[in-house]
Amino acid sequence: MAVSNDAATSIRRTQIALGRGDDPLRPRRRGPGLSGRDPILAWLFVLPMIVIAMLFLVVPIFMAAWVSVSDWTGKGSPLSGSVNFVGFENYAAFFSPGLAQRDLTTSIRNTLYFVLFVVPLQTLLALGLALVLNSRRLRAKSFFRTAYYFPSVTSSVAIAVVFLFMFSASGPVNAILAGIGLEGPNWFADPRGIFHVAAAAFGVEGTPSWAAIDLGGISLWQWLAGPSVAMCSIIALVVWVSAGGYMLIFLASLQGIDEEINEAATIDGASTWQRIRYVTIPMLRPTTTLVVTLGLIGTWQVFDQVYIMSQGNPGKTTLTPAYLSYTTSFGSFQWGQGTAISFMLFALIVVLTIIQRTLSRDRGDRVVAPRRVRRAERSTR
Amino acid sequence: MSARRPASRRVRPTTIFFYVVLVLVAAVYIYPFIIQIGTSFKSDGESTSDPLNPFPASPTIGAYETLSKVDFPLWFLNSTIVTVCVTIGRVVLCSAAGYALSRLQFHGRRFLLAAILAVMAVPGVVLLIPKFLILNQLGMYNTFSAMIIPLLWDATGIFIMKQYFDTIPPSVEKAARIDGAGVFRRFWFVMLPMAGPALITLTVFAFQGSWNEFTHMIVARSSADTNTLTTGVAALTTGQFGSGNRYPLKLAAALVMTIPVAVVYFIFQRKLVRGQGAGAVKG
Repeated sequence: MAVSNDAATSIRRTQIALGRGDDPLRPRRRGPGLSGRDPILAWLFVLPMIVIAMLFLVVPIFMAAWVSVSDWTGKGSPLSGSVNFVGFENYAAFFSPGLAQRDLTTSIRNTLYFVLFVVPLQTLLALGLALVLNSRRLRAKSFFRTAYYFPSVTSSVAIAVVFLFMFSASGPVNAILAGIGLEGPNWFADPRGIFHVAAAAFGVEGTPSWAAIDLGGISLWQWLAGPSVAMCSIIALVVWVSAGGYMLIFLASLQGIDEEINEAATIDGASTWQRIRYVTIPMLRPTTTLVVTLGLIGTWQVFDQVYIMSQGNPGKTTLTPAYLSYTTSFGSFQWGQGTAISFMLFALIVVLTIIQRTLSRDRGDRVVAPRRVRRAERSTR
Repeated sequence: MSARRPASRRVRPTTIFFYVVLVLVAAVYIYPFIIQIGTSFKSDGESTSDPLNPFPASPTIGAYETLSKVDFPLWFLNSTIVTVCVTIGRVVLCSAAGYALSRLQFHGRRFLLAAILAVMAVPGVVLLIPKFLILNQLGMYNTFSAMIIPLLWDATGIFIMKQYFDTIPPSVEKAARIDGAGVFRRFWFVMLPMAGPALITLTVFAFQGSWNEFTHMIVARSSADTNTLTTGVAALTTGQFGSGNRYPLKLAAALVMTIPVAVVYFIFQRKLVRGQGAGAVKG
């Protein structure tokens, strides 16, 4: 599997993984069941893919699981006799005071703010754009759609380079800010949390005594810092890139809403805004849940942008669990701890997925699906 | 007084408001690329002294000349090799697997489908270190096979093909079977030529995915001569090639690596855009 953060492919992959794509276990049309008398021949067709998946996906995960409970330092093979089993020592390092714990806690704090800002912003932007683009009176819709989706198909590296320039100290963003009389910060060198900046504006400087208590290696005051100025530029980038993909998901869903429903609402005297607020948005709820889940899963894995733009700096305020796991392994050769972080991140993402699936099932979101599906399929033909 | 004009003629305030929103957002989406193009033709000094102006005062192709002298052409070549191999490989392997899962009856078929779904659910970032471990173990690290073979796995592609084969009526194949065609012949000469639209989708996704692939390339290799465009430009950006901002150079590199994908996007955008949306509604 390509470990790509690219929106288009990863969204599709996740949709199918979440059972939101066609459910291949229950095909609408059953395979015709002709031929296939020769099972060996059939296996030959799938064998190459099975071998690749086993060798480069399944086996490696078990190897990594072993490394996470071993004392391997990167020399030789982790399977050699000189590598010892150390139990959960590598995991325990994150639950006792020390540098490992402080780094992991910091990365979780950073990513928590990253998620809290990115997911609502990208969902709202995507929904807003989709609602506007779905309006029947507008022309040149495909032009706008193309423009908004374009960043999603381009390389994360290329986009990161453009944003590094946009947010550089004497770059375009600061030039615009200067144009309206504001002095822009030196974005990627500024570790101040924006909530701390706001607090300072109200005269709160330094750590207040009530916020000095330690929570997992950093003080409560540090927890409350908010995303750093540097992180804000990464937040802007990710919202800008991913909104287009989610907009398309909303648009496909909007096309499935019966026009008669809107007409009925209009006849009943609903204004455009009331129609959107009380008819369209409630009907989009399953899609909104999907977009939020995909957003949560994607944002907790943020890696490329950090690697290219900030390497966790300044002051570790853009450190994320995915990047920390990478540098712990490849940078400081603590492979046990590095893999331990990635398994904990894995567990977190699984939990998020399960919570979301349970929530959407309880609300009976799937009940409305079949009708929408048929209409959407017709309209996309 | 305010005679009510026909609804179709009236330019409603909401419509104007919608256009204003769309145009403003489009500016935010397009302007960075315009600045990128303009700045790539500027000198280092002008890039930061007049960052908002996309028109260079004294245009120079210095950035592109520098690019042609560093390893950039090699990165481009490596990216091309990887992309061509991955795309061809995925098209062949995904359609074979998709055909078997759609048409052939064999023990373990349902288990296989469930297993593919389970593997797909593993978040990509978790696989970073594991992939390095196995490539290192097998002695493949820093080779093209390490960069290519793991990328051949494409569960989404398998499902795209399987679902398309599901829609082809069984009668088509039945006729060929009566004529005595074996499984391979039916797959290659009957079914595959009929799967054109799915094959195009698969090819476009495979091209775009492997050209942009970054994380796999940083764990599968580290030598300078195996850099692809993504890892090469990332190294350029993180300062591994000397100091200074050198924005025109970096932006030119990013621009050149964007062009192939942009061309494919504008040709096949309906495919990409529909593929993105359609999968989602089928909840």
